[in-house]
Amino acid sequence: MNNHYPQNESFRAALKTRYRVANIWQGIFIFALLVSLISLTALIYNVMDGAFGYVAFEYKKDPATFTSTPVENLSKEELLVVLKSNLSAGAYKKLDNEQPMLNRSRADLYSLFLERLVQLDIKQIWSLTDSIFHSAEIKAEAAQKYPKAKLEFRSWLTPQFLSSPMSSKAGFAGVRTAILGSLWLVGIALLFALPIGAGAAIYLQEYAPKNWLTKIIQTNINNLAGVPSIVYGMLGLAIFVRALETFTSGVLFGVTDSNGRTILSAGLTMGVLTLPLIIINAQEAIKAVPDSLRQAAYGVGATKWQTIWHFVLPNSIAGILTGSILALSRALGETAPLIIVGASTFISVDPSSPFSKFTALPIQIYQWTTRAQPEFHAIAAGAILALLILLLTLNATAVLLRNRLQRKY
Amino acid sequence: MPNNQSEYAIETKNLFIFYGAYAAVSEVNIKIEKRKITAIIGPSGCGKSTLLRSFNRMNDFVPSSYVTGEILLHGRNLYDKNVDPVQVRRKIGMVFQKPNPFPKSIYENVSWGAKINGFKGNMDELVEQSLRGAALWDEVKDKLKKSAYELSGGQQQRLCIARTIAIQPDIILMDEPASALDPISTLRIEELMQELKKNYTIIIVTHNMQQAARVSDYTVMMMIDDKRSGGVIEFDDTKKIFTRPKDRRTEDYVTGRFG
Repeated sequence: MNNHYPQNESFRAALKTRYRVANIWQGIFIFALLVSLISLTALIYNVMDGAFGYVAFEYKKDPATFTSTPVENLSKEELLVVLKSNLSAGAYKKLDNEQPMLNRSRADLYSLFLERLVQLDIKQIWSLTDSIFHSAEIKAEAAQKYPKAKLEFRSWLTPQFLSSPMSSKAGFAGVRTAILGSLWLVGIALLFALPIGAGAAIYLQEYAPKNWLTKIIQTNINNLAGVPSIVYGMLGLAIFVRALETFTSGVLFGVTDSNGRTILSAGLTMGVLTLPLIIINAQEAIKAVPDSLRQAAYGVGATKWQTIWHFVLPNSIAGILTGSILALSRALGETAPLIIVGASTFISVDPSSPFSKFTALPIQIYQWTTRAQPEFHAIAAGAILALLILLLTLNATAVLLRNRLQRKY
Repeated sequence: MPNNQSEYAIETKNLFIFYGAYAAVSEVNIKIEKRKITAIIGPSGCGKSTLLRSFNRMNDFVPSSYVTGEILLHGRNLYDKNVDPVQVRRKIGMVFQKPNPFPKSIYENVSWGAKINGFKGNMDELVEQSLRGAALWDEVKDKLKKSAYELSGGQQQRLCIARTIAIQPDIILMDEPASALDPISTLRIEELMQELKKNYTIIIVTHNMQQAARVSDYTVMMMIDDKRSGGVIEFDDTKKIFTRPKDRRTEDYVTGRFG
């Protein structure tokens, strides 16, 4: 038989070509990784650049006109007295109605003092990059343009920012209402979508016969996972907000001052949005349970349900939960369906029940970035950081849960 | 199930097993003796495992599979409409090719089957009895709470046998139970089978000619026909099959001339 393989020199030459091709592909892969790393860095830089920096602000009224003690040393009680004596009776009552003044923290009262009485006025803000590299110029510019203003380096993401409700003044606005709204949304979506999604996945994997009907259903679930979220928004508007209004507005439960645009409608919409993803993830988790385990259970005379309950579920629950949490973290960032379902853009009352009006972090971010004033862009950057931290927390929870629940044999 | 005592453990009458339109096993008529070891041998793909799995209705889980003919246990067809497969598996236990203990403790591996089947006696006693029955007690008695996955492959397989005898079946099916084990573990399983046959009917599928010759009392020789359907070509005393087979193909197979 003839030897048709290259020998010696020609083999080495051919091998060289083979390695070259391999190297080219490896280069392409490294390039792809670099591009994604650069995009990620650009994203983080962009957010950080906006969320920190110098700010020049003025007091419209001198704090000394309200009190003789230096404001930093004022106690909670003294602040209360100052506020009560200087605010108009109507304004004080309105604030008291939102949250009783006596129950507010000192920081809260202090920011009210700055906002309402001293009337802190932000003149100009600078980005983090400018603040670091052109610090001297900024100081000179601020001193020249706003001789009365104070210049301060600040972070726009502060504990104060996280715990304050919405305000029309960027310096005092916070994301508490939005964070609570987002958490309510995710909670409702989870309560709705996890049991239904897991149930559907169990049925499809363990019970459903493999025929054309289940194939069509499976294909549709896969396709639904890719449907644009705004379509789910339309669905939520038609079904949860309009058709089921008596239920979602809470009229059925005796709530009167509400329409269908409630946190419940939005949460259910988010639930429907994440449902296909949860089903697919749960199916994958159930598929990963080895068949030998099922056969072992059937072999000793277990029924189908005993097999599922004792072996399939305990061995897939970690995957089902992590899959659901990851699906929900997608819901956490969704904006479009919330706008359609009717999130409020300005609301300073915390959601207190499923029938509350609501806003959510992405809505708040979207709303602030559309404002003209640069200081709103700064707090939008702060809110984005808050959203990212919330997302990372959710994903970290998923990882922890998986490690905790994963059976160690 | 009515308890009319028939003299055979299992009897098949004109049994066909289909996957869709394809008959994987055709026309099987065999009578399995009680308290004996019957080996099913034959080349790959001849339907040995399919036949074995039809005895405790494990084929039910293969979509589109069905049988015609009869498999009689105590004179009753296992595939009758009103026979519950769970009840069948309770009476006919199975040991699989790869050891597949439950991801539970050694103790629970034995007790679980008993528990779900409503065992009301002393569980500790049953576990000890079953583990002794599977010749495993001395090795695991001090670590019953440990995970079954800490055992060696051979020990795991004996644990699977223990969990099967814990539900006190009449028949134990073994699907190449030693093919994933080393020779020493294999030998222990074979010794164990000799012990077990005092109380149970054992049907074993094996690829290993020597094993079939060593352990079994009867041998079912299967072969694939020209329609790619498996069938029994010879069923006799193991001694006869290995020394004076009637069928030429059996002789070729057991002497290693093909297969």
